Amino acid sequence: MPTMTYLQAVSAAMREEMRADERVFLMGEDIGVFGGAFKATDGFLDEFGPARVMDTPLAESAIIGCAIGAAAEGLRPVAEMQFADFVSCGFDQLVNVAGKMYYRQGLSVNLTVRLPSGGGFSGGPFHSQNPEAWFMHSPGLKVVAPATPEDAKGLLISAIRDPNPVVYLEHKHLYRRIKGDVPEGRYATPFSARVAREGTDLVVIAHGAMVHTALEATADLDGASIEVLDLRSLVPLDEAAILASVRKCSKVVVVDEANSTCSAGAEVAALIAEKGFEDLDGPVVRVATPDVPIPFSPPLEQAVLPQVDDVREAVRELLEY
Amino acid sequence: MATETAQAGTDVPAPAPEHLTTEDRVGLLRAMLTMRGIEERAMMLYRQGKVPGSFYDGFGQEAVSAGPAWAMHGHDRLCILHRDLAAHLIRGVTPARIFAQYMGREAGITRGRDGNVHFGDRTVGCVGMVSMLPDMMLVATGLAMAFKLRGEQRAALTWFGDGSTSRGDFHEAMNWAGVQRLPVIFVLENNQYAYSTPLDQQFAVDPVERAAAYGFPGVKVDGNDVEAMFEATRQARERAIAGEGPTMIEAVTMRMHGHAAHDDMKYVPREKIEEWRRKDPIDRQVRRLEAAGVDVAALRQEVAAEIERAVEEALATPMPDGNTAADGVFADEPALLEDGTSRWSGFAAGAA
Repeated sequence: MPTMTYLQAVSAAMREEMRADERVFLMGEDIGVFGGAFKATDGFLDEFGPARVMDTPLAESAIIGCAIGAAAEGLRPVAEMQFADFVSCGFDQLVNVAGKMYYRQGLSVNLTVRLPSGGGFSGGPFHSQNPEAWFMHSPGLKVVAPATPEDAKGLLISAIRDPNPVVYLEHKHLYRRIKGDVPEGRYATPFSARVAREGTDLVVIAHGAMVHTALEATADLDGASIEVLDLRSLVPLDEAAILASVRKCSKVVVVDEANSTCSAGAEVAALIAEKGFEDLDGPVVRVATPDVPIPFSPPLEQAVLPQVDDVREAVRELLEY
Repeated sequence: MATETAQAGTDVPAPAPEHLTTEDRVGLLRAMLTMRGIEERAMMLYRQGKVPGSFYDGFGQEAVSAGPAWAMHGHDRLCILHRDLAAHLIRGVTPARIFAQYMGREAGITRGRDGNVHFGDRTVGCVGMVSMLPDMMLVATGLAMAFKLRGEQRAALTWFGDGSTSRGDFHEAMNWAGVQRLPVIFVLENNQYAYSTPLDQQFAVDPVERAAAYGFPGVKVDGNDVEAMFEATRQARERAIAGEGPTMIEAVTMRMHGHAAHDDMKYVPREKIEEWRRKDPIDRQVRRLEAAGVDVAALRQEVAAEIERAVEEALATPMPDGNTAADGVFADEPALLEDGTSRWSGFAAGAA
């Protein structure tokens, strides 16, 4: 099995689906000649040509709106927002047109919107956001967030094949930092959670980059047996997997890089309060970014984004509860 | 590049249209009569409490949707706005389903999921509008992009209003369509008012003049002349499928009723309404066809009877089951656009 970076896995998913399925094409700013701001589509223009690797004007609403039209005609567009933050400019098309289309008139929208998201490298307030909760709150959109190269490929393939609009969050801080084995060929990873590490004393629930933070924080924690549950999919949210981990471990820390209020982590905590209360042996503890814009300067950014030490401390406190 | 093909409202003597047979011309009138009849009847149903929400109509603007829809092939695609009921009829949506739609019934096009004119029947190649305007300009541009990508001789058309030219999606769609020379037709429905806001508070430059700035022609057409609207669209479509890119058609018309049923339109001068009443698009087409010897009275009776049957049919259908409200948010299988009816005789005669 080849080893790839997370970014290479994202590229591999698109390349292999495009080779196998001529309906799949890409749209985005600077994705063709330049190969994408993060080089996710490096070399694609040469292999697939400008019709299928479409360099677009700087117009996020147009990228998503036109992709919706193309999808309604049976194509499978993969639209890249250069940074997840810029999806705010295409929000209306995604939320009001794509998300509600099937419910309103039975017309499916096979659309994937790739969102390079997340902070940790001084991107500042407009290049560091984790906007998944905006879309979790909007009916009709699926939302996935891989943590590993294997899932980055498999979830993107699933997203491209899904007849619904899928918001695919790829964490920029994982792009080149995380490597792993990636199966060859075209495989579709289900939109469900994955146990990243088995454990029995406490479960840390996370998605995206925070899965790695959680694993590192709990790798050697005074001999405690810590489970880490990687959500992978936020819509649909894998209720059964979450509740199974809660039942097994009885103590839960929810880690989320997004701003705390109404985040994915908040939804997980609410779910556990509603349906897992009897299985708990302590309060659900949350570690998340406070409700501030993501600051630029490293000491400020590190102060707000959940760090390994923050998670370790939260886990230790809850273990002692 | 903006060219004027007609002055709004001038009642030109009926020319023998080069591309329209008598059957086409009657078809256009029939679509307009049916649209007006359905909307008048639906307004009664609204007042009787049988149509929930509010009610929007296109009284006086029937030519704006009928003419262009008639010029489009069944394999073309339409994104239809809220005062364009004739386009749905021409594509093949039945009056009974439209009444059921207005009444929020299961048999409506959206099965009660969305209201009034917020619908599009995907099985006849139509995409329903959303309330954020002009979002569908981008969707239509994307449909055209798909045609170009696959090398197909097909075109997409969408309507949008004067008010929505102020929003960014107007610019993004015009720009993209121009850059890529896409086979898309933008029909600007200039009905003088965006809700209560008149044109001079909406833009400093007539939007049709802006088309040239995006690299394609803008054509100003008498929006109350259904045959002129047909002809402008036929030419725009010919350009589109020949790979010559988009066209913007400005249909100059007048919104003769309020924005919706609750709007008394007191902000519109009475004389303006009177002036436009004399330019009624249906009256004009009636005069033309009567001059050509068509029995319009019989046609009116036929349409009225069809509408009454449709109302009865729709009233007999059930309301949706509240237990199904959360169903169908996500698709399990692809459900895509399909072809509608080609109505213009030119297609049967071999036009592409």
